Amino acid sequence: MLSETASIIFYIIAFVTVVSAVLVVTLKNIFHCALFLILCLFSIAGIFILCEADFLAGVQVLIYVGGIAVLMIFAIMLTAGLTNFKVKQHNEQVAMGALAVFCFLLIVLGGVAKTLSVRGGFPTAHTPKIIGSTTHSLGKLLLTDFVLPFELVSVLLLAALIGAVVLAKKDGE
Amino acid sequence: MQVGLVHFIALSAVLFSIGMFGALTRRNAIGILMSIELMFNAVNINFVAFAKYIDPINTTGQVFTVFVIVIAAAEATVGLAIVLLIYRNFRDIFVDRINLMKW
Amino acid sequence: MFEYAFLIPVLPALAFAIIILFTRWNEKLSSGISIGAILIGLCWSIGVLVKMLGNPEPYEAYFKWVVLGDIELQIGVLIDSLTAVMLMVVCIVSSVVQIYSLGYMHDDPRFSRYYSFLSLFSASMLGLVIANNFAMIFIFWELVGLTSYLLIGFFYEKKSASDAGKKAFITTRIGDLGFIVGILILIIYTGTLNYHEVFEMVEHGEIPAGILATAGIFIFCGAVGKSAQFPLHVWLPDAMEGPTPVSALIHAATMVAAGVYLIARSATIFAASADAALVVAIIGSITAFMAASIGLVQNDIKRVLAYSTVSQLGYMVMAIGLGSMTAGIFHLMTHAFFKALLFLGAGSVIHASNTQDIREMGGLGDKMKITATTFIIGSLSLAGIFPLSGFWSKDEIIASTHGHNIIFLIVALAVAFMTAFYMTRLCFMTFFGKPRVQKYYDHAHESPKTMTVPLMILAFLAIFAGWVGIPWLPKGFGSFVYHHHPHHGHADYLLMVISTVVAVSGIVFGYLMYGKGVISAQAMGERFRPIYTLLLNKYYFDEIYDAIIIKPLLAFCRFMWKFDAAVIDGIVNFLGRFSLFLSWAWDAFDRYIVDGIVNGLGYTIWGIGSLIRQAQTGRVQNYAIVIFAGVIVTLVIMMKVL
Repeated sequence: MLSETASIIFYIIAFVTVVSAVLVVTLKNIFHCALFLILCLFSIAGIFILCEADFLAGVQVLIYVGGIAVLMIFAIMLTAGLTNFKVKQHNEQVAMGALAVFCFLLIVLGGVAKTLSVRGGFPTAHTPKIIGSTTHSLGKLLLTDFVLPFELVSVLLLAALIGAVVLAKKDGE
Repeated sequence: MQVGLVHFIALSAVLFSIGMFGALTRRNAIGILMSIELMFNAVNINFVAFAKYIDPINTTGQVFTVFVIVIAAAEATVGLAIVLLIYRNFRDIFVDRINLMKW
Repeated sequence: MFEYAFLIPVLPALAFAIIILFTRWNEKLSSGISIGAILIGLCWSIGVLVKMLGNPEPYEAYFKWVVLGDIELQIGVLIDSLTAVMLMVVCIVSSVVQIYSLGYMHDDPRFSRYYSFLSLFSASMLGLVIANNFAMIFIFWELVGLTSYLLIGFFYEKKSASDAGKKAFITTRIGDLGFIVGILILIIYTGTLNYHEVFEMVEHGEIPAGILATAGIFIFCGAVGKSAQFPLHVWLPDAMEGPTPVSALIHAATMVAAGVYLIARSATIFAASADAALVVAIIGSITAFMAASIGLVQNDIKRVLAYSTVSQLGYMVMAIGLGSMTAGIFHLMTHAFFKALLFLGAGSVIHASNTQDIREMGGLGDKMKITATTFIIGSLSLAGIFPLSGFWSKDEIIASTHGHNIIFLIVALAVAFMTAFYMTRLCFMTFFGKPRVQKYYDHAHESPKTMTVPLMILAFLAIFAGWVGIPWLPKGFGSFVYHHHPHHGHADYLLMVISTVVAVSGIVFGYLMYGKGVISAQAMGERFRPIYTLLLNKYYFDEIYDAIIIKPLLAFCRFMWKFDAAVIDGIVNFLGRFSLFLSWAWDAFDRYIVDGIVNGLGYTIWGIGSLIRQAQTGRVQNYAIVIFAGVIVTLVIMMKVL
């Protein structure tokens, strides 16, 4: 359980996150969407910090915001998606999508509630605080227990890198 | 009230739903990619929260988060490359007009 | 003699076959065979007659031809006095005519064929008189009709001749229809057709009176047709289109006499049925009067003689109807001789002067002595002048009216007057006076011996043949040919005087009009103009028949033809169209229904497919939402939240 102040902070950050997320998916101007995505990513980094995942927060900002979001902006610029504001940004399955998503939300929350009622709360650790720096434990885990996925992911990254270069290459070069 | 695991799960669920909604309804391809990023982040929140509340000693959840971030990056890269290609070929990035596979 | 008497008709029949098959190209041979056959028949008939005179028992011989259940049709001969007389008459006249034809038909290209027909005719006629039952007489009856058609229409290139042949055949056919009905009635009620058996049954009263009268009248119908009685007399004047010897043979002496022979043979039936006899007498008297009246004004020499024949036949029929079969047959015999003489004489005149119209003749008596003399003898005999044959037979007929209604007597006397008158007219206009058309007169000459010798023979018979019936004879004609009991002629002097007066006055009147010209023929014609026109046009019988019978019949035939064509064509066309329709229907069925099912199946599947493939929009987001929906459902099921 978080302390009171932490809770308040959580609520604020959560609010920002949700609002910016909503804005991301609803705004007409795609550039604004990207900006709000950045805001959202930042607030998620904040949540990471609340969960004592300091390394991850840094990584989130570095990679997500500094890499991916910027990449997105580049892509937006390159594809001239800004030019037409009058064009509809949502397709015809808005209603269906909203409904489906709402159902999904209900189901998940319902499941959560059921778990709560059945089991009377989630099992929590005795010592809720994370001991030591997360960076250290993350590094250790990555190179001992999870070395295989780690290697695989790096290969994947390489493939993605090469793939992206190949794909985005102009013909004839 | 005091924030427990439930709240993080709820937040994650909401964020995921919003991202799902965006993925299903946005016409702009990049918009879809952004929504997918939202979904990834929601999942990340979930993993991190569980790492804190269930297994704080090993922080196994955070490892998953690392992997998710990496994969999300790779995926965003390739995805954007594809979007660029599509833009180059169709001059248009509204996915509901890209229906070459129609019947 | 009698056993082989059946050869008398057979020999001419053989002659016919031989001429037709073998000797057509040799004229002399054909005529020789034909004349030879008939002369043999003549000799034989004389023999038969002589034997019959000595022994008047009838001779009958037959064999069964067809047996139909109970009914038996026979072929046989019956020779009695009537047969013997008829054989004689037919043979004499036939022989005379065939000899005459040697000269008359000398130039004709179909000479042999003519003789073959003559032989066939003689055979048929002889067979007719020798028959012993109604079926056989009917067969020969039809044969006689056939040969008369062939001979009348002999000059068939002329339309009038072939029409005349047709008319004769058809008119007599109508009479024959009645004859057949009569025969059928007899056969139904008696079960046999043999003369002997039928007449026995009639005499014993085994046939009901009404049926008997009907049968008698129907059999008389045959005679009405063949003997040209009213109302079927219309064919005889037209039959003059045939060669003159044919007219002499057929229409004076023999074929027309067949009808008289028939009713004479059936005298038993008429004796038993007074109604039938009365019908016969009435028809006969009407015919006699009507024909004589027409003959008064005709201008064609053969026509006058033709109507005279009809009239005399009426006389004979009347006599038999009044009960005197003897008188009828007697007159038949004498009439055969003098009428044949008159016809052959007319033929001689026509041959010499190239015309048949008496208005164009005149004064021919100077140029043709033998012809004229014999012709006048014949006329006097016909008029009934004492002591020629005609006088005796005519008297018998007038005598037969005794005891019946006085009308018959008046009619008989009137006819006698008219007969004398028109014959006198004919003689005077032809042989006496000044020639009216000079070139015919100049051309005229006496005919060759082959033509004049027969005339003389017949003239002899015309004078003396009737003497067998002189009433003072102890055993005259009446004792030989009779029905029931011998007819002893008794001299009725009053009757003789009256008839002579009537005949002479007729001659005198004719002489006054045409010989001396005291009474102008023109003036008479003018005064009685309407009657004159009526008589000249033969009471318009032909026109009436044409309008009432012929035209409606032809119209009916045409209608039937049209109807038939329409119906038959209609049916055939309908069948054709129906078949076409059936094939069209089948094709349509095949095309629309069968193909429809097959195509429809494909179409249905295509339709379903085109519905379902709407789901493949090609848009990823559509697929995504569907997947997501699936996920939700899976969650629901897995988590059992709901």
